[in-house]
Amino acid sequence: MGAEPQFVDAPTGVADAEPLLSIRDLVTEFKTPDGIVHAVDGVSYEVFPGETLGVVGESGSGKSVTVMSVLRLIPQPPGRIANGQILLDGTDLLQLSDADMRKVRGKDVAMIFQDPMTSLNPVLSVGDQLAEAILVHNDIGEDAARKRVVELLELVGVPNADQRFDQYPHEYSGGMRQRAMIAMAMANQPKILIADEPTTALDVTIQAQVLEVLQRAKQETNAGVILITHDLGVIAEMADRVVVMYGGRVVETGTVDEIFHSPKHPYTLGLLSSLPRPDVDMERLVPIPGQPPSLINLPSGCSFHPRCHLGEGRQTCRTEIPPLFELGPMRASACHFHEEMEDEIHRVESTTGTAIEGDEA
Amino acid sequence: MLNYALRRLLITIPILILSTFLTFGFVSSSGDPLADLRQQPNITQEQIQRVREMRGLDDPFPVQYLRWVEQIPQGGFGEYLISPRPIWPDLQRVMGNTLQLVVAAELIAFAIAVTLGAVSAKKQYSVFDYSTTTLSFLGFSMPSFWFALLLQVGVVIIYRWTGYRIFPIANLSSPNPGTGMAFWLDRAHHLVLPIASLAIFSIASYSRYMRASMLEVMSSDYIRTARAKGLSERKITTRHMMRNALIPTVTVAALSFGTLISGAIVIETVFGLDGMGRYFINVIGRRDPYPIMAWLVIVGFFLMLANLLADLLYGYLDPRIRYE
Amino acid sequence: MSEPSQPDERPKAQDVPVRTGLGGADIVTDDAGLHRADDSGEAPEYHDGTQIVARSQWQLFRRRFFRHKLAMGSMLFLLIITLAAFNAERVAPYGFNEIDVVMRSTPPTFEGWHLFGTDQLGRDYFSRVIYGTRVSLQVAVVVAIISTLIGTTLGAVAGYYRGWVDAILMRFADLIIIVPLLAVLLIFAAFFGQGQPMRIGVIIALLSWPSLARIVRGVFLSLREKEYVQAARAAGAGDLRIMFRHMLPNTMGPILVNMTLVLAAAILLEATLAFLGLGVNPPTPALGLLINAGRSSMLTSWWLIIMPGLTIVAIALAINFVGDGLRDALDPTQQEK
Ligand SMILES: Nc1ncnc2c1ncn2[C@@H]1O[C@H](COP(=O)(O)OP(=O)(O)OP(=O)(O)O)[C@@H](O)[C@H]1O
Ligand code: SF4
Ligand SMILES: [Mg+2]
Repeated sequence: MGAEPQFVDAPTGVADAEPLLSIRDLVTEFKTPDGIVHAVDGVSYEVFPGETLGVVGESGSGKSVTVMSVLRLIPQPPGRIANGQILLDGTDLLQLSDADMRKVRGKDVAMIFQDPMTSLNPVLSVGDQLAEAILVHNDIGEDAARKRVVELLELVGVPNADQRFDQYPHEYSGGMRQRAMIAMAMANQPKILIADEPTTALDVTIQAQVLEVLQRAKQETNAGVILITHDLGVIAEMADRVVVMYGGRVVETGTVDEIFHSPKHPYTLGLLSSLPRPDVDMERLVPIPGQPPSLINLPSGCSFHPRCHLGEGRQTCRTEIPPLFELGPMRASACHFHEEMEDEIHRVESTTGTAIEGDEA
Repeated sequence: MLNYALRRLLITIPILILSTFLTFGFVSSSGDPLADLRQQPNITQEQIQRVREMRGLDDPFPVQYLRWVEQIPQGGFGEYLISPRPIWPDLQRVMGNTLQLVVAAELIAFAIAVTLGAVSAKKQYSVFDYSTTTLSFLGFSMPSFWFALLLQVGVVIIYRWTGYRIFPIANLSSPNPGTGMAFWLDRAHHLVLPIASLAIFSIASYSRYMRASMLEVMSSDYIRTARAKGLSERKITTRHMMRNALIPTVTVAALSFGTLISGAIVIETVFGLDGMGRYFINVIGRRDPYPIMAWLVIVGFFLMLANLLADLLYGYLDPRIRYE
Repeated sequence: MSEPSQPDERPKAQDVPVRTGLGGADIVTDDAGLHRADDSGEAPEYHDGTQIVARSQWQLFRRRFFRHKLAMGSMLFLLIITLAAFNAERVAPYGFNEIDVVMRSTPPTFEGWHLFGTDQLGRDYFSRVIYGTRVSLQVAVVVAIISTLIGTTLGAVAGYYRGWVDAILMRFADLIIIVPLLAVLLIFAAFFGQGQPMRIGVIIALLSWPSLARIVRGVFLSLREKEYVQAARAAGAGDLRIMFRHMLPNTMGPILVNMTLVLAAAILLEATLAFLGLGVNPPTPALGLLINAGRSSMLTSWWLIIMPGLTIVAIALAINFVGDGLRDALDPTQQEK
């Protein structure tokens, strides 16, 4: 690969379709005793109909805050959406009245949270909580809602759905609860389904099942999915496109193949080479050195520079914030030296013995 | 659930027995119960000796205690040490009066405190929140007898200005309270100030608990889920927040029955109410171990009842407990 | 995309090796290959976000507490009150039984420094309140010290040894918590109190330790499994040494906060006992006793109940505010304002 950007495997129909959801220049900050946390600092990305967009990045990189901003569920105070637009089918969600915003939540945009243990109200039956999601947005009777909930529970693979309706969250296992959460999210045929680390809190054995259910939910509702995860394996399996976030900013976007096989940002490369793979000795993995940046006091210039090998010793990296260089349709990197990434990949490949570039692509 | 509560109830019985035994032990070992009798000039040594023998005061105290325990099933709580009157009728009378006071104060305090706590949590850092916080600090820091006296003075001042007695400042009933509805209206009127004095501390304390647990619930994941569903804020508050936040508050309230009884001792003294509290002060003053122990047993019984109620309520509110 | 730019406008790569700290900012490279800025302030536009000010727990706590205006004010107030009360002989304008025959039943006035008025006998209530405050504070301090000792010891033992010791101690604590405190106190006070401040204090203390015991137990239970405690044990430290050297310092915060609660409660309890006639004996003018004495004439001489009452409220409130300040200062999640 040369300097010329390559467009690999753009999902069919995506390139020319209108985005369903478009986040533009989103800025969300939190006021804390130590200063203002710039949790999301000018993030933009899009979700197209029928695609699964993976969002990856270290803990604290602003993945959750971004999607919580989409639903306007940022606790205020201390939080504040300071800038940006969130266009859903052309309407800016940030301009909606609270009442109109409520009509969007759970109907047009539904969300599945990380921890199924705490995401359901312990004193109400699971069925009631699911029925509630239907009853808010639909003018139907309780009996009809119950019927629909039982159908949904069956769809996500909860056995004996009719009896399970009346049980309480503590009577469900973790995996079952997450299935119920998925059922709740798909109850109103949302246009956007956000799953924030839906499997992180679950047993490895159950993760695969839940992902399968999520896949089914996506097909059933034909929603655009935002899938947030730390697990690059999950991304590889589920996502069409990937957004990589670092320190509250987007640092790279591209298709799954592009991101995995020709990363254009040293941080992405770092993520890949720290990923355990069957073909690599654990000892040869290279963790990204150093700590995630402080969001109160971001490093100057490229916020990744204190940890970046490629940028080591370069004045530009320390003083100039790299813009998101557009490398093609839906392909971008926020690195001043993205053109040198090829050499960087070779360097990493030779130290770890992994094959990144070109592999499978 | 009921089983579990009943089991816990049974455990309290030995505690009750132990506490009356201890009371009896040190009441009878810590002084001469007939001291008062000796003070009276017209009573001879012989009469005193007769009382001693009749009540078996020279027996070792475990024997005396057993004798006292034996008589409970048949004769209620026996007689006073000096005057040969039965204790039970007195206790029965004051018990009813105190229950009226305590239960009414508790219910009113709970309702007010839950509302105050919930609203100040929902409006955290607002003027309302700061005011209720300040007031609750005041409520914690004010002796209830002093507050009761202030109320009395206030009512009299109003009377002097307007010539109208808004509330009675003593007694449980008017001299001629009437019957039926009229009686109860009169009673309620008399209880307004005592209830207010008794409730003030509970309001201060429960509202803090409610506020704290409400804040905790408000930041919980399932409230976020409820929001993400598109529920209205009102629905979220009533259906998802209040019920969860009530769980710890209810427990605290039910377990503070003892505090209420303590309060009743003071308040009944200030307002001259014929209740258990004033009765207790009287018998303590007379150093008569028998009514003191009878009183302890009755209070212990109500403590157990309050505990049972707490368990049942807890089980009702929290399904995680219900099936254990 | 947020900042689209044409490829030809792309910023030029500038390689400036600064490893040796020539020019610009001083950069040191540590083992992990990280660049850290020297915090010299020479190049303010350069920073790598790692310069977080490290503050010790204790500094943080002190800073937060001193910022708590209400708590600091209350602290000052308590200090003054305490000094005055324990120097009553020098501070009070009159003796507590001294009679000013000319000024009987006088409302608060500057005349003759009867700031809190006088009673029917002409005794100065300001002086009596100062003496009474001394009684209250004596009792409260005794309660705070003894109940803290008992509560800490029993809580530590229960949390450290667990098992049946824990079970028995905690059942016992539960019992004391639900029992009508005042009733038990009254029985004790009536039979053992004999109207002496020290005894009254001990009696109150014997019934005030359970909440602290529970708190200390909770902390000990969690500390028990901490690495440094395990390490101390592995190094052969004895139980007592582990408990007092390694675990107790971590419970100081909750103990302090609880102490304020106990102090305030003791002030109120002592006043209540005195009011009911079972507290400290006359002629020592306990605050509760003063209120009780003023009751009979409270409709004409309001100051006789208002002034001692306000004193109690002020002291209890101040203690509670200090406690609140401590709690805020200890709570890491609390917002600083
Ligand atoms: N309520 C809040 N108050 C203050 N700071 C917050 C709040 N919520 C989030 N933040 C901060 O915002 C930053 C971004 O958090 P976010 O939850 O988006 O990270 P994330 O990428 O989802 O991480 P993770 O992978 O751990 O979920 C974090 O540094 C966090 O401290
Ligand atoms: S801009 Fe510089 S520091 Fe940032 S990622 Fe690229 S090379 Fe590294
Ligand atoms: Mg997250």
